Amino acid sequence: MSDPKAIFLKDASVSTADGDQRAFIRKALGGYYVNRDLQKARFRSWEKARDAASMAKWSAVNDLGNQLEKFVGNFEKNGGVVHWAQDAAEAREIILKIAADAKAKAIIKSKCMTSEEIHLNDALAKAGYGVVESDLGEFIQQLRGEAPYHFVFPCMHVKREAISELFTKHLGTAPTNSPEELTMIARRHLRQLYVDADIGISGANFLVAETGQISITENEGNARLTTALPKIHIALAGIEKVVKNLDDLAILLPMLATAGAGQPMTCYNTLYSGPRQKGECDGPEQFHLVLLDNGRTRLLADPEQRDALHCIRCGACLNVCPIFKNIGGLAYGTTYQGPIGSVITPHLRGLKQWNHLSGASSLCGACTDACPVRIDLHHHLLHNRRNAVKTNPTLFDRVFHFGFNFVIQRPKLFAFGGKVFRTTLPLLKKLPLPYLSAWLKTRDLPTPPSQSFRAQWKDQNHE
Amino acid sequence: MRISLFVPCFVDQLTPQVGLATAQVLRRLGHTVEFRSEQTCCGQPSFNSGQWDVAREGARHALKVFRGSEVVVGPSGSCVAMMRNFYPQLFKGQPEEAEANDLAQRTFEFAEFLVKKLGVTDVGTKFSHKVTYHDGCHALRELRLKEEPRQLLRAVKGLELIETEEGESCCGFGGLFSAKFPMISTAMVQVKGGALVRTGAEFVVSSDPSCLLQIGGWLSREGKPIRPLHLSQVLANEAS
Repeated sequence: MSDPKAIFLKDASVSTADGDQRAFIRKALGGYYVNRDLQKARFRSWEKARDAASMAKWSAVNDLGNQLEKFVGNFEKNGGVVHWAQDAAEAREIILKIAADAKAKAIIKSKCMTSEEIHLNDALAKAGYGVVESDLGEFIQQLRGEAPYHFVFPCMHVKREAISELFTKHLGTAPTNSPEELTMIARRHLRQLYVDADIGISGANFLVAETGQISITENEGNARLTTALPKIHIALAGIEKVVKNLDDLAILLPMLATAGAGQPMTCYNTLYSGPRQKGECDGPEQFHLVLLDNGRTRLLADPEQRDALHCIRCGACLNVCPIFKNIGGLAYGTTYQGPIGSVITPHLRGLKQWNHLSGASSLCGACTDACPVRIDLHHHLLHNRRNAVKTNPTLFDRVFHFGFNFVIQRPKLFAFGGKVFRTTLPLLKKLPLPYLSAWLKTRDLPTPPSQSFRAQWKDQNHE
Repeated sequence: MRISLFVPCFVDQLTPQVGLATAQVLRRLGHTVEFRSEQTCCGQPSFNSGQWDVAREGARHALKVFRGSEVVVGPSGSCVAMMRNFYPQLFKGQPEEAEANDLAQRTFEFAEFLVKKLGVTDVGTKFSHKVTYHDGCHALRELRLKEEPRQLLRAVKGLELIETEEGESCCGFGGLFSAKFPMISTAMVQVKGGALVRTGAEFVVSSDPSCLLQIGGWLSREGKPIRPLHLSQVLANEAS
């Protein structure tokens, strides 16, 4: 079974049937809602801050060519090396070549969703490099052999006991139920690996054009170690990560922390300004940046959905999404889960195969209200649905909607059809009809009235 | 004011009492209510399914039906959002663009019309029951109505309004979504319905009959004690 839609339907059926797991996720997000609202209240106006953050990204994305050029010029002036990658394969090749040239053996990584997007770990492992994730959540997911569940909280679905068992199995440590002890186990294990690594790979939250700096935001300090200790630092980032200046960064950093994690600021916010300079005693000797397109310019060319490139990957839309909370992050089968993933994955991987994610939404709009940079998320799901119909309409849908709209343009036929539906409903309920039987599996329908509204109105108003 | 009723297609066929209650409240306030019987469906099912070309045909029919009406009032946040917010998009660049924009401006959701257009919050009714209110997502986030239905409910004599957990969570209806992805839709109504039951209310009231179809359908199947009721039915006091 390789059809993404069929896999999605199967996985979503399994995960929605797991009431305990769904309750665990709801509970895990309970504290987030409280903290997020607390932090939002610290802004003089959260709504105006959203306007400003949205404008900051808009002004960079709508001038992307110039801003990227400016960024790259300044980044190179600082001593960094820029590599352009059109797609995932090119990005992997570039990174593999840097590793081969350096005769590297061990690689340490901090959290980088873009590396998940290009399946970097698999490629590095296949080429014989030892790769270790240093973000605690990613480290746990790596040991589990599982993709991140949530692009900000990769192992939010894993219970403490399971993490303890995992560590016992892989690291030989004694079982414990304490989060602090579990963290210390990972910390002790990872410390030496930073020292041993030849290369540190990171992502980037923002690329600041006016200074040529890379901004990385994190809660564990692992990215600082990953980027500072090894001789070579490779950062991998999508081209849309650019912002114009430090003023824009100053609004985006607190917005990212508040919207995504309910924090006033993320614990560690670092601006990386290039490799070790003359006279400096630490820092990497080489600093590479791989700038990835991988479908982003296709999205840029679409004026209707271009604002999806504003995304700062805070995860707020996942945290409020009833679909995400009920099917879980793994069922999406994508790098980016939740509403933003459903919007952009068709652009990154193809609409024909990934449009079902846009369909799997009640269009409730909670995501759009939560987005700190005002991406019109739930309406973009509608746009994807429309675009999919244009390019790849299914026969059933065509016939169904043609028939439905044929009827609703003919009031007499509509009234007659309604009457037939109401009077034959007891029989229809027993037939394996599309849509109706899916509804009736878990829900009743009201007992149909003998007379429709229009008939009753006519009687009562003598029209 | 001469009010043209906009009765959602499934209300016409499955829950006509909602349409009748809406008309009753509006008449009691001294307005003339008409029902243009050529109306059928706004076309939202096809629009939401991405079939915009087909949906436009159905929507064109609705434009024609309501041509020349003074105001259009519908007891559904979802169907009104279709006309108010999505008709202008659907007809953008089409010959009917101006007409669609015009209809959008004079179409109102029931609670919105009472509170914002007529300035009425007390319609002079009594309903001695505990109720909780469910915000339909289209009313809440497309039309930005949250206080309006609550203002109306608070003015009802004898009514006790209890707010629910998961207050702004979707019930999982989503039109054809409920039948195309029934397992996700059902999971959502389990969360929502569970919260509604925990309020201890006797009735769950909403401005959206489509949400009530979903919530009521699940409550009925699960044998839960709380019953669905449209806001218009409370205001017309048809409950007991």
